Amino acid sequence: MATAHTASHSATAHDHHEHEHHDNFITKYIFTQDHKMIGKQFLITGIFWAIIGGLLSVIFRLQLGFPDMQLEFLKPILGGWITAEGKLDPDFYLALVTMHGTIMVFFVLTAGLSGTFSNFLIPLQIGARDMASGFMNMLSYWFFFLSSVIMFVSLFIETGPAAGGWVVYPPLSALEQAIPGSGLGMTLWLIAMTCFIASSLLGGINYITTVINLRTKGMSFSRLPLTIWAFFLTAVIGLLSFPVLFSAALLLVFDRSFGTSFYLSDIYIGGEPLPNTGGSPVLYQHLFWFLGHPEVYIVLLPALGITSEIIATNSRKPIFGYKAMVISMLGITILSFIVWAHHMFVSGMNPFLGSIFMFLTLIIAIPSAVKVFNYLTTLWRGNLIFTPGMLFSIGLVSFFISGGLTGIFLGNSAIDIQLHDTYFVVAHFHLVMGSASFFGLMAGVYHWFPKMFGRMMDARLGYVHFWLTFIGVYMVFFPMHYIGIAGFPRRYYTWTNFEFSNMYTDLNMFVSAAAIVTFAAQLIFLFNFFYSMYRGRVASLNPWRSNTLEWTTPLHPGHGNWPGEIPAVYRWPYDYSKPGAPEDFIPQTVPLSATPESNLPHEQELVKLEKAIIADEETLLVANESKAS
Amino acid sequence: MYGFLIAVGVLLLLSIIWMVYRIQTLVSVVKGSDKKVASGSNKVNAIMFLLFLIGGGALMFWYSIKEFDNYNPPLASEHGAVTDQLFWITMAVTGFIFIVTHILLFWFPYKYRYQENKQAAFYPDNNKLEVIWTVVPAIVLALLVIGGWRAWSDITRPAPENAHIVELMGYQFAWEVRYPGVDNVLGANDFRLTTASNVSGVDFTDKNALDDFSSPVVVIPKGEPVLFRIRARDVLHSVFAPHMRLKMDAVPGMPTKFWFVANKTTEEMRAELNDPEFEFEIACTEICGRGHFSMKRVINVVEPAEYRKWLAEQRPYIVINPALVENLPADVKELADITISEYK
Repeated sequence: MATAHTASHSATAHDHHEHEHHDNFITKYIFTQDHKMIGKQFLITGIFWAIIGGLLSVIFRLQLGFPDMQLEFLKPILGGWITAEGKLDPDFYLALVTMHGTIMVFFVLTAGLSGTFSNFLIPLQIGARDMASGFMNMLSYWFFFLSSVIMFVSLFIETGPAAGGWVVYPPLSALEQAIPGSGLGMTLWLIAMTCFIASSLLGGINYITTVINLRTKGMSFSRLPLTIWAFFLTAVIGLLSFPVLFSAALLLVFDRSFGTSFYLSDIYIGGEPLPNTGGSPVLYQHLFWFLGHPEVYIVLLPALGITSEIIATNSRKPIFGYKAMVISMLGITILSFIVWAHHMFVSGMNPFLGSIFMFLTLIIAIPSAVKVFNYLTTLWRGNLIFTPGMLFSIGLVSFFISGGLTGIFLGNSAIDIQLHDTYFVVAHFHLVMGSASFFGLMAGVYHWFPKMFGRMMDARLGYVHFWLTFIGVYMVFFPMHYIGIAGFPRRYYTWTNFEFSNMYTDLNMFVSAAAIVTFAAQLIFLFNFFYSMYRGRVASLNPWRSNTLEWTTPLHPGHGNWPGEIPAVYRWPYDYSKPGAPEDFIPQTVPLSATPESNLPHEQELVKLEKAIIADEETLLVANESKAS
Repeated sequence: MYGFLIAVGVLLLLSIIWMVYRIQTLVSVVKGSDKKVASGSNKVNAIMFLLFLIGGGALMFWYSIKEFDNYNPPLASEHGAVTDQLFWITMAVTGFIFIVTHILLFWFPYKYRYQENKQAAFYPDNNKLEVIWTVVPAIVLALLVIGGWRAWSDITRPAPENAHIVELMGYQFAWEVRYPGVDNVLGANDFRLTTASNVSGVDFTDKNALDDFSSPVVVIPKGEPVLFRIRARDVLHSVFAPHMRLKMDAVPGMPTKFWFVANKTTEEMRAELNDPEFEFEIACTEICGRGHFSMKRVINVVEPAEYRKWLAEQRPYIVINPALVENLPADVKELADITISEYK
């Protein structure tokens, strides 16, 4: 009804719209202020970084899985980082793990996931023409681009990129004498991250403002799709935690370049004592993890939001426990700020602080558990359609369970003594944060590709991509639990120096082989993505028969999204398979008064109110039109 | 060679996929299956989830049981028995949840796969159910945390008075081991005093330092508390003794500590594992630079009697290198000379 209603007015509004936007190539594709194009820019940049980050991991997996391998064939790319004996330089090995972490966490999963989908979906799903500030949104991307360029350049400098681990703990990251990567490479890392933080803040402020102020008529907070809730809360977390990373980085810059002693004290290195006294490396760790832990949820929440939407749509069922899902996310948002020191149980901080953080950490497992049970109940008695997006969403839930459960070990400080900084931790966060978020990203791309490019991705290539990746990820990260329980430390160039870790060469070889196959499987996705962009089947307007607003836009929505009036919203987004309804979905734009056959008792009462609103609107529209003519 | 093989593999994979892709596109156009809500692949995917559940589960059980003795590191400390027990209790609880949730997660896709004549249940919420699965995990987690908290408080409480003190100082890329000597009190140290012959930066004007000595191996007695005093002189390091279930960061400017009781001697462990080469080891678990992977020290756990004998045989820094005390103020110098003469 409402769709028909807006369509009748679209012709007049369309004329009015046309002459406002004469985009040339630069304003359409480069310095664009259209949230949809900015979302695509984030996505493409994110894919570029994912390839780089993945390649770096393949190189260090070669070292770990096949330590005797001659790596001379990498000389054309890595040059002097391959030693005369055809081995990887140990300093560069550390640079590889550092850059892999930095790239994947920030450039792929923060910018590529949150940047892409927050930008693309927020205005489309809440019914807005664009972000609150298109200009700030554009700046957000270009700060990210600048940050990317600087980080990319740092890969190629003579002393190598930053190499102190992605957490860049001082004093290692502060002293050039300690590792070559702490020279120019670290300086570039800090500059790049500063730009990145600026980008995140510009984006985050915009997302929050847009969600609060620009929702269409009828789109109350309780009718927001869970994707929007997730993006909104993610932006809140980012806005509160990224500035703390900035201060950590700023103090590090002071220590590195201006002789201050925020983090440095009692250091004798390179044959001489340094003048610094009174600083504390543990201070940096507190500041870093004050962002670092919320960062986990910055990458995970958008993935969970995307999954909620996709699982509900393709189960043809309302998401189970919408309110519980929102409350869980709110709980996670708040708790994410008060658990950071569980990364520091054995850092030397007061053990009493450790006990407090152990209690707080295990509380955060409760909302996570609720989310898992709600996903399972959503699947239960559904009518499941396995689109590639759905497959990746189910995969995400699996990783979220596997990786989440090992968090219960690590959050327990007594157990963490043994497991801290071993491969158990590597397995844990690669499943729960890395792979789960990556699957959320993939699910989102497959699901919203038709809206982004007006064409469908090939489903069967999607299935092959999913199964290879899903099995591959488990083959890579599940064995790491065994390696971790055995005590293998992280960031080791080789384990043969120690008796306790001089084993599992077979398992490490297996992991490396699986990693290479899994990486290769991503080429299927790349092909599917770029090929379908130009040659894919043309999509229908609502290919997944979904309820949310973005599917009411034209196939190729222009800048402004809806040619006519923005449609009003009359119901929540999860009316799937409602008893009595002729179809198994009722879009948000269909008024309750149009569906008397499927309304629930309390909704029947809302009909009256709704009719009054619609009547009001009619008169307003008529008045506007007479004014225009 | 590997590179070549990998390249061939990738190429093969790509060409196969390209062919499959072209063929299936043509077939699906002919069959018109892209017009349907769910094609035949829906059932294939549903079955794949079941196969993955069965295959993955079997692989997990098989490997976990077969490899148990390999990935479970031998244990030689008293508090380690407690943390290991907590680990396995947590493993039982989480393992149970892991298996149950995964059976549901992969069985539902098969059971409730799309069927044209069926409709999904409209089941948006159930408060009772949600309260149950909020409260039950909360209780289970509380129990786990309380166990962990008691163990943690016990492990991190102050060391007993009679603990044997050993100082471990991390530097790029080794551990320096210092013993307090007969008085069991470590002498003061200052990083500015560090030289090639005074690696730990010991301040010999402190008379407690006069009997301090260094050792290439960490020798400790079985059954008696040992306190590791841990520090670093350049970047962060972390003491990790896997068999003792012990880990603590070494922080420049902020001394840390960890105390424990070893309950098996190296000899006993060798007999138990039937491995005459076995050693207890210390590794570094905080990234510290190029040689991070090579910071090894051996811990030799011996019977208390043997430990006292070994202790008596050790010679202080100043005895081995009298030059260290040459420029000291007269009163300390005198004490130092007495110490030196005692050892002659």
